[in-house]
Amino acid sequence: MKEEIVIAGFGGQGVLSMGKILAYAGLMDNLEVSWMPSYGPEQRGGTANVTVILSDKAISSPVLDTFDTAVVLNQQSLDKFESKVKPGGTLIYDPSGIHHLPTRTDIKVVPVDAMGASIELKNAKTYNMILLGALLACRPIVPVDAVLRGLKKTLPERHHHLLPLNEEALRKGMSLV
Amino acid sequence: MTKEEIIRPENKVYSRPALLTDVHTHYCPGCSHGVVHKLIAEILGETGLGDKAIGIAPVGCAVFAYNYIDIDWIEAAHGRAPALATAASRLNPEALVFTYQGDGDLSAIGTAETIHACNRGENIAIIFINNAIYGMTGGQMAPTTLLGMKTATTPYGRRVDLNGYPLAITDLLAQLDGTCYVTRQAVHTPAAARKTKAAIKKAFENAAAKRGTSVVEIVSTCNSGWKMTPAQSNDWMAEHMFARYPLGDLKNVEPQQTTDK
Amino acid sequence: MEEVKLMKGNEAIAHAAIRYGADGYFGYPITPQSEVLETLAELMPWETTGMTVLQAESEVAAINMVYGGAATGKAVMTSSSSPGVSLKQEGISYLAASELPALIVNVMRGGPGLGTIQPSQSDYFQATKGGGHGDYHLIVLAPATVQEMADFVGLGFDLAFKYRTPAMILADGIVGQMMEKVVLPPQRARRTEEEVRQQCPWAACGRRGRDHRNVVTSLELDSAKMEENNLRFQRTYAEITANEVRYQEYFTEDAEYLIVAFGSVARICLKAIEDARAAGVKIGMLRPITLWPFPTTEIARLAKQVKGVLTVELNAGQMIEDVRLAVEGAVPVHHFGRMGGIVPNPNEVLAALEEKFSIKF
Repeated sequence: MKEEIVIAGFGGQGVLSMGKILAYAGLMDNLEVSWMPSYGPEQRGGTANVTVILSDKAISSPVLDTFDTAVVLNQQSLDKFESKVKPGGTLIYDPSGIHHLPTRTDIKVVPVDAMGASIELKNAKTYNMILLGALLACRPIVPVDAVLRGLKKTLPERHHHLLPLNEEALRKGMSLV
Repeated sequence: MTKEEIIRPENKVYSRPALLTDVHTHYCPGCSHGVVHKLIAEILGETGLGDKAIGIAPVGCAVFAYNYIDIDWIEAAHGRAPALATAASRLNPEALVFTYQGDGDLSAIGTAETIHACNRGENIAIIFINNAIYGMTGGQMAPTTLLGMKTATTPYGRRVDLNGYPLAITDLLAQLDGTCYVTRQAVHTPAAARKTKAAIKKAFENAAAKRGTSVVEIVSTCNSGWKMTPAQSNDWMAEHMFARYPLGDLKNVEPQQTTDK
Repeated sequence: MEEVKLMKGNEAIAHAAIRYGADGYFGYPITPQSEVLETLAELMPWETTGMTVLQAESEVAAINMVYGGAATGKAVMTSSSSPGVSLKQEGISYLAASELPALIVNVMRGGPGLGTIQPSQSDYFQATKGGGHGDYHLIVLAPATVQEMADFVGLGFDLAFKYRTPAMILADGIVGQMMEKVVLPPQRARRTEEEVRQQCPWAACGRRGRDHRNVVTSLELDSAKMEENNLRFQRTYAEITANEVRYQEYFTEDAEYLIVAFGSVARICLKAIEDARAAGVKIGMLRPITLWPFPTTEIARLAKQVKGVLTVELNAGQMIEDVRLAVEGAVPVHHFGRMGGIVPNPNEVLAALEEKFSIKF
């Protein structure tokens, strides 16, 4: 098993932390993991992306040109990464703010209205967990239980009361696909 | 009266400080460095602090200070003595750490290190020799060179439009919250030397007791660089240097609990 | 068994320093390595091991704090990124000249000048050829994984103390910023004052009854004595060269072409090699772990077996000079590099092999 994922969007959408939760989930599931962020000023308002690799074998390059799965959260990211999904791969995107829809037909394209779902949950911060749920529904690379344990690892103790809300968001995301 | 009758402990009025090494210094006759070295050696011997002292030597005329005072020394890069002292002091809390720096080292190339060590209130003593000139490199302008003063790089005298103003950096250091004792002294007369000795002793005791940073500026002569005799230099210093760099304490915070943990 | 943790390379450096029992860290923030100081500040080792952590006023001050601390026999370190490491060169030269152990971490970004904050390997020359003034070398370790970021802290300190010379971890923005699994070394106690005095009889840490004073200095105006100092440094470097070369070989047994790459770039090349082998082309790789001393003999040996050598570097071609010296014209040696913070992907490495050696995949 080896899954090469890119998550891309605006800084502040939870791109890096979504990747981090996924990486921790891999750690919980005894997989090899790598998490390689874009870094620098683009984190503040500009675009941010992170490459996450989960594998049952040692990971060579943390830097990739093509991906099994791309999760894109804005138009720039869609424009940048649509062509980089491997044939047969998966492209997940949030249609809010997307004007030019993806055109490829050799990959699985999955729109997920995470923005709408997070409004239903009355908490904008559930946005990235909804998307992560959708990702897991499309690509069940790690068990939900591992994600929840990974989330617990990444969340400071003082935020642990938010765990149930995050689990709800994760499951809502899974139901959207 | 025989020689043996004269040389007796009860008749002894002076001896070479035990911590002053038995070598010729490279300092010019009449230079203030020798007097200050002797005072430091005396204090370190009399207080017993020499056994736990780490001296940080500068670049400049005092670069070889480590050859003359018989304690542990680290020779710093130019201007960086306060940075070395910061680490030596923090990593060796039992030690007495002091720097010995000239005006170029402390107030030109090392201005940032000086200000920030003082501002952090490092538990160190800074001995600052201000003779208003670069001695070691052959008499060029220092930040503390007085207006009108001729040096190798201000051959017609220091001019404000070309060279800016003489820098009284000690005044500035006294403003910083991290300093506990800032004073300006001289060693041109026995009385002045005695006051300087008391000041250095106080600075060392402050550092050993972790009271913050102490700065002792010693307004000094450089008769070679100034192109005067030693006696002329002392007179010139009293007449001109003290006007810009007046002697006395600039700050003296009485010992108290100065640092938060 | 130690717990497997997930963390950034920069964070691993900080954790490993505390675990090693380092006495002090002195740094100044600069992207992409600020997490080292941030992590240390968060972990507050002064409350546990007694390690000193200080944010200096500049890189210049930080390296001179390292110099001051090292002169007292303590295990001290600093970290920075390329422009900051340029500022540290004066202090590094003094450390080498005063024969002091210390650890310097450079998480490289693209230059010259302020350049970019993105990954680069363009400080290879600076790190391996001296960097500051005078004839000296640093022991230079090039980590490719977060695990090596952690491991090389201890290795770097050990080598620095063994040979009384500063060591450098030459990392890049990729391995500094990426997260992967790491097993941290066990916690060691910091050396006691007595142990420091015993291990470092040269340390200027206060006499305390010692019958002589210790002076740490790089100054020697007597040319004959200064030449003798230089000869002593060179003997140390010869000893390090003889004993401390480290490298890793990948698929070299049957390789027809050899890649030489270090740090995170070696991982990108490894992926390219896996793809090439899947296409039936036998590429192998040697990854220098010590960039100084350089694995010259090993590359010379492999050069006899392959048809060509490609160095892949995030620079305009720096390590290639050492590779060419090793290969001595036996086979063609080419360079493929990206600059400005661009990181090539495995496909670009394959394309470079294709172009330079007319290989068809």
